[in-house]
Amino acid sequence: MDAEDLRRAVTRIAHEIVEHNQGLSAVVLIGLQTGGVPLAGRLADALRQIEGVDVPIGALDVAFYRDDIGLRPVLPEAVTDIAFDLTGRAVVLVDDVLFTGRTVRAALDALNDYGRPHSVQLAVMIDRGHRELPIRPDYVGKNLPTRRDEMVDVTAEGVDVGTMEKRGR
Amino acid sequence: MRHLLSIADLGTDGIDEVLRLTENFVEVSARAIPRVPALRGKTVVSLFYEDSTRTRLSFETAAKRLNADTMNFSVSSSSVNKGESVRDTVTTIAAMGVDAIVVRHSSAGVPWQVARWTDAAVINAGDGWHEHPTQALLDCYTIRERRGSLAGLRIAIVGDVKHSRVARSNVLAFSMLGAEVTLVAPPTLLPPSLAGWPVAVSHDLDGVLPKADVVYLLRMQQERQTEALLPSLREYTNLYGLTRDRGRLLGDDTLVMHPGPMNRGVEIAAEVADLPSAVITRQVANGVAVRMAILFLMLGSGGDLGG
Repeated sequence: MDAEDLRRAVTRIAHEIVEHNQGLSAVVLIGLQTGGVPLAGRLADALRQIEGVDVPIGALDVAFYRDDIGLRPVLPEAVTDIAFDLTGRAVVLVDDVLFTGRTVRAALDALNDYGRPHSVQLAVMIDRGHRELPIRPDYVGKNLPTRRDEMVDVTAEGVDVGTMEKRGR
Repeated sequence: MRHLLSIADLGTDGIDEVLRLTENFVEVSARAIPRVPALRGKTVVSLFYEDSTRTRLSFETAAKRLNADTMNFSVSSSSVNKGESVRDTVTTIAAMGVDAIVVRHSSAGVPWQVARWTDAAVINAGDGWHEHPTQALLDCYTIRERRGSLAGLRIAIVGDVKHSRVARSNVLAFSMLGAEVTLVAPPTLLPPSLAGWPVAVSHDLDGVLPKADVVYLLRMQQERQTEALLPSLREYTNLYGLTRDRGRLLGDDTLVMHPGPMNRGVEIAAEVADLPSAVITRQVANGVAVRMAILFLMLGSGGDLGG
């Protein structure tokens, strides 16, 4: 996927969010730190162009909710920033890559501490498979079959598949 | 990070790491439900051989907000009164399977000994006149929160430096982060030697205050008067107290700090303690978040940070 493909995927997902929720009155976007945060921003831009509405955006770091604390180094990447109550809202969780599903599970736990949403939906740019939990996305940019030991990088310029060795941490 | 015994163990990078992580826990503490499941199943015991309410409560609150279990061992109600040694007590507690021991003792060095006797992580919550590292970390965080950085700030530490573990840990931490520290105290309340301390010394509070970015007041203990280190508390207040008149010498954004408990009217006037630039209650709030960061780094992060 190149930058143009990404832009089109963001626009399509934005349309799907509007359609699925019959408007944006209850919708809030929560980007998962760190890859989901810029994507949530781009989705909000697209939603503004389509509906002329500014949806609230938050950023969530799930480090303290992970199930592998103590098994590997776990540190938050950034500070959570959710400045609004989620009770009764339609929360769209946004992440760049969906892999095992464990980050999303942690995010669902974390959301509980911010209120009781009316519904939680999941938007991802890349679904690379290999799920370890019963979690599926509601909005997908692209399904990308990968090997388990590969890594997928989403930037503003596009999507890149590499080997684990390239990973910085 | 295996133990937190001295600020020096952390190093500048370690302090930075703790302060960065503290931001996350300040956010957690501000939530309607200020609790995360990060340390579920871990046990933190506080082993306090010296009276302390605020530090013990702060650590307990921190542990509870991380979903850890807490146990409390206080001397007055324990077997210490029956003659048990520190070593036997630690061995007993460790045998119950604890993950972290928070130690306070009136003798310097006890936390180091405790660390040799147990596999649990040991946190120094104050040893004699020696160190109180989590206090220094929360003070650094509080200054950073208001001023962005400690680099180049002029910090005056005023009062009974000689008997203060808070002063020792803070001198280390403040200077490691690039602040210029001046100790202001009567000669009888300074350590016999300041060789190797990265500080300036003054006996003239009125001269120091107008230039200070932070004024850090230490608690004046009543006993110092009976020990003949001070002619009288009133004379101390006249010369070294942050009185209402001296409060006018402070810059508008000069931070006023105190580790608590305050003696209003002795080292600090009531009016000064309530100034908008007095961040004393903020220190207490940040203390919980800093201690959450320390507990998480030691028991949850799996990382190896600092010493």
